[in-house]
Amino acid sequence: MTDTKQGKDVQAAISERVPIMQRVLDNPFLLLFLGITVPAALYLIWGIMEVASVPIAE
Amino acid sequence: MTTVDVGAVGKAGIAVNYRTCRFTGLRIEANAETLIKVNAVAAVVFLALGGLMGLLVALTRWPAIQLLPAEWFYLVLTGHGANVLLFWIIFFEIAVLYFASAVLLGARLATPRIAWLAFGLMIAGALMANYAVLRGDSSVMFTSYPPMMASHWFYLALIIFAVGALLAVMVFFGTLVVAKEEKTYDGSVPLVTFGAITAGIIAVFTLASGAIILIPTWLWSIGVISQIDTLMYKVVWWGMGHSSQQINVSAHVAIWYAIGAMVLGAKPLSEKVSRTAFLTYILFLQLASAHHLLAEPGMSSSWRIVNTSYMMYLAVMGSMIHGLTVPGAIEAAQRRNGFDRGIFEWLTKAPWGNPAFSGMFMSLVLFGFVGGISGVVLGTEQLNVLMHNTLYVPGHFHGTVVAGTTLAFMAMTYLVVPLIFQRDIIWPGLARLQPFLFAIGAGGISLFMMGAGTLGVARRHWDISLTDAVHAFEYPPGAYMMMALNGIFAVLASIGGILFILIVVGSILRGPRLDGTNAKLTFPLHDASREAVSKYGSHATVKLPGTIVLVGIFFAAFVLYYFVNWKYLSDLWLFR
Repeated sequence: MTDTKQGKDVQAAISERVPIMQRVLDNPFLLLFLGITVPAALYLIWGIMEVASVPIAE
Repeated sequence: MTTVDVGAVGKAGIAVNYRTCRFTGLRIEANAETLIKVNAVAAVVFLALGGLMGLLVALTRWPAIQLLPAEWFYLVLTGHGANVLLFWIIFFEIAVLYFASAVLLGARLATPRIAWLAFGLMIAGALMANYAVLRGDSSVMFTSYPPMMASHWFYLALIIFAVGALLAVMVFFGTLVVAKEEKTYDGSVPLVTFGAITAGIIAVFTLASGAIILIPTWLWSIGVISQIDTLMYKVVWWGMGHSSQQINVSAHVAIWYAIGAMVLGAKPLSEKVSRTAFLTYILFLQLASAHHLLAEPGMSSSWRIVNTSYMMYLAVMGSMIHGLTVPGAIEAAQRRNGFDRGIFEWLTKAPWGNPAFSGMFMSLVLFGFVGGISGVVLGTEQLNVLMHNTLYVPGHFHGTVVAGTTLAFMAMTYLVVPLIFQRDIIWPGLARLQPFLFAIGAGGISLFMMGAGTLGVARRHWDISLTDAVHAFEYPPGAYMMMALNGIFAVLASIGGILFILIVVGSILRGPRLDGTNAKLTFPLHDASREAVSKYGSHATVKLPGTIVLVGIFFAAFVLYYFVNWKYLSDLWLFR
């Protein structure tokens, strides 16, 4: 019982030591979110706004 | 290859069968194996079709031959773009995604039925697109800019293909979840899988952009929408058109690491550094799409410069990191394997007779020197005006997609055939020669198209002599020579491509079976291939004199070419 508890503590300590950047890189769905939102904001949405703001010729 | 079948039932109650590969020790699930096979076969079929069309394009643009009439030229050019830039590449990438998730993580494929549905949709879309192109009313080229209108079948076909590919990418992400839930690996995923995750993420953005623009364009083609704004189309379409090539970059870099690991036992120099480089791809690589719009009126300088000169350079930095760490990992592994004399023994004694290695290394060199440097030049707003919409652009992307991606995928196929199809490679002598033929041909195509583009040759025109033009124009004689050389090297690349298809199809159908206990690979793998390719871990060393010299040569070429173009720009009358 004590061994199991100690094992869990060791496991928890190892989990805690994983650096934040590694945890980010280990989360494919966070990366998916970033990989969609950054180009969507900087390229697509900004680009579409630029095209939409071009005045229409009379 | 001995199969050790392990009948098992997954947590979800789905029956799964695994075998253990005798050569790598990797655990391969039956559904994943079959789906890798069918996607790889479909990829090769569309490569054959698209490659043939590419040869016809090159022979038509060779002024002394000018094989096809104009109508056929634009038809074949459209088919060439769709078959090789979309179908060959994406079918193969789906095979890579399944390999990097299910096989490298030793997991079962998530939702095989959806994976089959995805494959069916992709096949249906690809066949429909070819039907639409070949019947002659969809010769709008790969970019399909409005107001040119293709048959509604063409747009519908691309939408169906994109939906299928998106489903396949979802199966890939589902497989990552399955592997984590069922604890088939510990800690972080291996680097090759991380590269595949990068490709998968870019694929989602790419396919979403495609859906955003192709659905209204399809509605326009059937008369539901009255018009498509041409500039709006270009902005959103290039979110698909260029980003689809960034899936390639991520996938082929992952393949570089995979082949280095499997053939030489090369581990990444630093997992942190290589993953950070992939992270720059995830965040910034898609933004390079803007370089196609650098000459468009209506887009502000801020949008252009932020998307290309600032953000794109961060992704370029990622590529340069891989350009250091891939050969660095190979050098470190070779030195560990005993080739430690001098600066370059690791390279001269590398297994150049193994087509997987030679194809991979030439892909790395050509992608960096030809595709990479020219991409940075094209992405610089000021320099872009020198060659915007000239033949330089196809020259650049043949350097990335043909000499880089296609050559890397061919190299990977020399591993996929024995490990997944369990057939050995036939005609080893020709297989050794094939990557060199294709690399020289593809490198030549890229360089000579870039040369012709630098002399001003238009990107899409059927006839560079402009015979029937109202206003006559004469390109310099050097441009004609460049186009002839382009044709000659296209023939060379085609011979390499035909050889590849004959070797692969012949090996799959008639190659010696590898499931016997005494079977041996003609092109052997490294003893530590499994550990190197499927486990997290770095080979931390900085003793890389050969790689440092190679990187120094690359930087010298980069700086020289970059400043030559600035000098060239300063000579233009417009800027005096």
